[in-house]
Amino acid sequence: MIPLPAPKPEVLAAREQIVAALRALVPGDGVISEALRLKPYETDGLSAYRQPPMAVVLPNTTEQVAAVLKYCNEKGVRVVPRGAGTSLSGGALPLADAVVMGLMRMNRIKEVDYENRLAVVEAGVTNLGITKHVEADGFFYAPDPSSQLACMIGGNVMMNSGGAHCLKYGVTANNLLGLTFVTIEGEIVQIGGRHLDATGYDWLGLITGSEGQLGVVTEVTVRILRGPEGARAMLAAFDSIEVAGQAVDAIIGSGIIPVALEFMDRPCIHACEAFAHAGYPLDAEAMLIIEVEGNVEEQDRLLGWIKEICNRFNPISLKVAETAEESLAIWKGRKGAFGAVGRISPDYLCMDGTIPTGELPFVLKRIGEMSQSYGLQVANVFHAGDGNLHPLIMFDANNEASFHAAENFGADILKLCVEVGGCLTGEHGVGIEKRDLMTVQFTPPELDQMRDLKAAFDPQWLLNPAKVFPLEGNAAFDIQPVNQAA
Amino acid sequence: MNCSTIIPKTEAAVASTVQSASSLGISLAIEGNGSKRGLLRPMRAGRTISLRGLSGITLYHPTELIISAQAGTPLPEIEAALAEHGQHLIAEPPALTAMFGAERPATIGGIVATNLSGPRRIAWGAMRDHVMGIRAVNGKGEVFRSGGRVLKNVTGLDLCKLLTGSHGTLGIITEVTLKVLPAPQATGTVSIRVASLEQGVAALSAGLGSPFSVTGAALIPEDGGGIAHLRIEDFEQSVAYRCGKLREALARFGEATVQADSAALWQGIREATTLGATAEEAIWRLSVQPSAAPAVVAALRAAGGSKFLLDWGGGLIWVAAVASAEAHAAVVAAALAAQGSYTLFRAPEDLRASVPVMPDEPRALTAIARRVKAVMDPCGLLNPGRMRAGQ
Ligand SMILES: Cc1cc2nc3c(=O)[nH]c(=O)nc-3n(C[C@H](O)[C@H](O)[C@H](O)COP(=O)(O)OP(=O)(O)OC[C@H]3O[C@@H](n4cnc5c(N)ncnc54)[C@H](O)[C@@H]3O)c2cc1C
Repeated sequence: MIPLPAPKPEVLAAREQIVAALRALVPGDGVISEALRLKPYETDGLSAYRQPPMAVVLPNTTEQVAAVLKYCNEKGVRVVPRGAGTSLSGGALPLADAVVMGLMRMNRIKEVDYENRLAVVEAGVTNLGITKHVEADGFFYAPDPSSQLACMIGGNVMMNSGGAHCLKYGVTANNLLGLTFVTIEGEIVQIGGRHLDATGYDWLGLITGSEGQLGVVTEVTVRILRGPEGARAMLAAFDSIEVAGQAVDAIIGSGIIPVALEFMDRPCIHACEAFAHAGYPLDAEAMLIIEVEGNVEEQDRLLGWIKEICNRFNPISLKVAETAEESLAIWKGRKGAFGAVGRISPDYLCMDGTIPTGELPFVLKRIGEMSQSYGLQVANVFHAGDGNLHPLIMFDANNEASFHAAENFGADILKLCVEVGGCLTGEHGVGIEKRDLMTVQFTPPELDQMRDLKAAFDPQWLLNPAKVFPLEGNAAFDIQPVNQAA
Repeated sequence: MNCSTIIPKTEAAVASTVQSASSLGISLAIEGNGSKRGLLRPMRAGRTISLRGLSGITLYHPTELIISAQAGTPLPEIEAALAEHGQHLIAEPPALTAMFGAERPATIGGIVATNLSGPRRIAWGAMRDHVMGIRAVNGKGEVFRSGGRVLKNVTGLDLCKLLTGSHGTLGIITEVTLKVLPAPQATGTVSIRVASLEQGVAALSAGLGSPFSVTGAALIPEDGGGIAHLRIEDFEQSVAYRCGKLREALARFGEATVQADSAALWQGIREATTLGATAEEAIWRLSVQPSAAPAVVAALRAAGGSKFLLDWGGGLIWVAAVASAEAHAAVVAAALAAQGSYTLFRAPEDLRASVPVMPDEPRALTAIARRVKAVMDPCGLLNPGRMRAGQ
């Protein structure tokens, strides 16, 4: 159950004219208005919430994006930008009176410049598409969300997405140089450029992670990096979560920064092993996947040190990949974690809080207790080096009570994250899912200041308006309580 | 500079100072230790507020890679605390106390407010990339927070980035939380004498495009050419191995030497003392795409000759020249021709007051900036006009 702003009656009444006007602005087959063809756009990666939009527009160029936004701004029509629709926080969920603006047709790689180590790509290019385009030359685009096959760079920018390797390479915000950005007024603006750290206010930093609230991104200039000589993973399993946490602290305390340091708990290990047959130890309470980079000797040396450190914590098993294939096998289970949990329970909520890593044993213990009291299973997988948790709460979507329990369980986990000094979301964004929890992390004046900043870009609150900021206390619209649960 | 300086001891006192300044309509110049008073445009503010009374590390968890400090904490204090645990500030921020002839050390609040980063920026990100949390007081005297004390956080708009590099014009930073990393065990520098700047930038690009994790790439012009320096930082054996590989990979650019003891070299590049500017000269800092750097330098040489220092693979150009409007116009023209940006970094007050110290923004952004400023500082009290008129 999630309250949404009441649709504007005058917009719904003008639907025919609006669709006709959009068709004139984006000729060809770029406008969708038939109910059946709107269906694929009614939800995103958080499929528990659904709402078909009034229409979908699929522009081909920045100029078309600008023309559509200008028109919508003049007519007071709400716009929900959309990339691949993989958001796990409902960031791309439509509104009944909104036009969904899909950027997927803007999928050209416009330029690759190895001397300056950058690529200029349109917003609809997939994350993996960038790396695929440059990998033959030894380069890659660093942020690697697990959804990288599908998710698009425009969506990555708007969610400031991370990945398994961001302990070393940073998240999306750390890998950008510039944007082509279109305001709701239809102005096309160049933010940043091909150089580092442009002077003046850091618009690039403010827009990144703004979840479609400030404008539409049509083009992105990303940094591309030369890959290392090689990389190899190892696996370390322990008989308690506390001890695994201590091992993580000891590794980081030793001065080694692995490129990836992933953590799985027992339910997650079991789910992934059943799915991927990666050879994970089924008797472990916690397992780490640790990856290092360099040439073979460097890898051997680092993995040797890490092994030595892990040995101090009585691991139940330690397995160092000897080859690239063995590395892939170790990763296979982790990369498929969501899918694996999906096989146990077709419906699950993927949470995304961050905690100070020292709080890990306490937080996982509390999550275990909540799982008992809610009567719902949970599997934990997360980025251990940076404390970004992904508890996967399993529920039954055919049972309304089970869904509500899962929602409440999730909210309790996120509140716990804030309580121990962490935050509501590490990489999936606030979207619609955590919107009403924002009051747990921010004071009313802090929220008002953020709302005012949103309004500085979008005075009429037309861009993705039901997301991120609690509706309550927002004078920009009437609230209509609706039950959106599927 | 201004007649009276207020030195609050607590964040609440900062807030009440702003509230009373706001009710009296008195504008505020904001500083830490005032080491960068000479940066950007001169201001005419009613009072100066110094953050140096808010000093001290408030949280440091080495294994969580996180440190928090009040804004007035001196940079050397933070660096010393980190060094005790074998860690460092990732962006290697320059203090620039020598450049500005400052008597007191730079404070961490000032470093964040100016988004200053050193040579390691090219590999590991800028100061703005490592500000995980911030506390600040806006122009209405309200305390607000953004981010937090964890390494990954996308909750709400990222005001840490908005405030970093805003030169105190949107809020008074009272506390920052930074991501830190283990300091490397060893450093090695591969140096190559090159016959031209084109060759030098190409050598830096080749090094940065190699798989050997170059963490510093600077070019010191000499005669027609210069010396390209590429730094590797890691565990000892890795540094030895990679310096050797890098030297082979760059053989086509010239004979390379490898030196282990290069701390002074990189310190000079970080603080731009290598530039060799005299006390009378003005100093500019340009950011361009690296391949454009040789043309920028050539244009400025043609316009009358200056001193140069290139960092960030060629993307950062420090320029020193006679402090005149003509010299400034030449820098502006060269930076804009290269589609880059510039900052008039140090100059006598009359020059800083009479020319734009940074490029104008596109019209649509100017309008948004005005509205953003109105949200954060509606009466325009904070560092009035430090960046541009109205900002
Ligand atoms: C299986 C799975 C695994 C995932 N793993 C990760 C992970 O490891 N790390 C991680 O960070 N995330 C992960 N995600 C979440 C998701 O993939 C990311 O948030 C991703 O960046 C969304 O990209 P998208 O193209 O699908 O954007 P969408 O879901 O279409 O949109 C996301 C938000 O951005 C806005 N938006 C999209 N494009 C634009 C644009 N061009 N201009 C303005 N606004 C725009 C939308 O309005 C929406 O608010 C995962 C999701 C799934 C389903």
